[in-house]
Amino acid sequence: MIFLTIGTQLPFDRLVRTLDALAPSLDRPIFGQIGKTSYRPRNFEYCEGLQPAAFDKTFQAASTVVSHAGIGTILTARKFRKPLIVFPRQAKHHEHRNDHQLATCNQLRAQPGVHVAVDEQQLKELLLRSSLEPPEEHVALRSRDLLVRRLRHQIDQFIMAGDPATSKSRREGAGCS
Amino acid sequence: MLGVLAISSGGGHWEQLQLVAPSFQEAPAAYATTIEGLAEKYGIKNGYLVPDCNRNRPVDSVRCFLQVFRLVRQLRPAVVISTGAAPGLFGLLAGKVFGAKTIWIDSIANSEKVSMSGRLAGWFADVWLTQWSHLETQSGPRYWGSVL
Repeated sequence: MIFLTIGTQLPFDRLVRTLDALAPSLDRPIFGQIGKTSYRPRNFEYCEGLQPAAFDKTFQAASTVVSHAGIGTILTARKFRKPLIVFPRQAKHHEHRNDHQLATCNQLRAQPGVHVAVDEQQLKELLLRSSLEPPEEHVALRSRDLLVRRLRHQIDQFIMAGDPATSKSRREGAGCS
Repeated sequence: MLGVLAISSGGGHWEQLQLVAPSFQEAPAAYATTIEGLAEKYGIKNGYLVPDCNRNRPVDSVRCFLQVFRLVRQLRPAVVISTGAAPGLFGLLAGKVFGAKTIWIDSIANSEKVSMSGRLAGWFADVWLTQWSHLETQSGPRYWGSVL
């Protein structure tokens, strides 16, 4: 099954319409989470939104996920190691306030498992491929560990400084020595 | 006393907030987000729901700000941390008013420039971070790593 998700905030008719046109030529069924869209697909099953638990279940059941270039979906694809095709929202089609999704795609091209399609033709080519490479979890870990370690150190300091009991005992401790 | 209030919109901002959550796992923490059921899905007991908003919807923004403000006044966290967007900015602002230390981590989605909310947070946040090393500057935002 191919899982189409357009995120939680904005409609994305162009992507839904494109997949609807491609659906008859694909060897797998599509299920779409299509948001509050004016376009209704004729060639695959869909729903407006999914509860978080149902969303994860559908995501895990999919062989490939097609989505807008939203960070939530990209992180979820990495978590479940699902090949992801991202189709960025573009400001010129009034799909987002600006073109940050295009910029994200340019940064993502080097990431294994994330496949970028900036137009309908590229999307079709990716979907017709027999297999797509899934993401690797380990590539994220080094830079995330770094961020979390430095944040933890800073937060610990903030909490110690803000806690009257801690700072008082520290002052007394300093007086004794 | 509450150690950390972690606040963000649902979707990608929330996913990123969860990925940095190990940085405050030892502190008493509460969460606030904009999608019902989201905190529960992550096994969080003290999750609070706040209204979603963005700068194109001023009425929602006022309502969101008031609710976030009330929540921060009630919880009095020592630290407020956010990955965005507007509700997170309000959380940091309210935190600042009530004497909390504030941490802004701009979303990884902003790879060309820091978001509008992020730039506003930069005026007052105690820690102001971008997740792209090429966006780091001497005067901030700083780059400490990224979730991606």
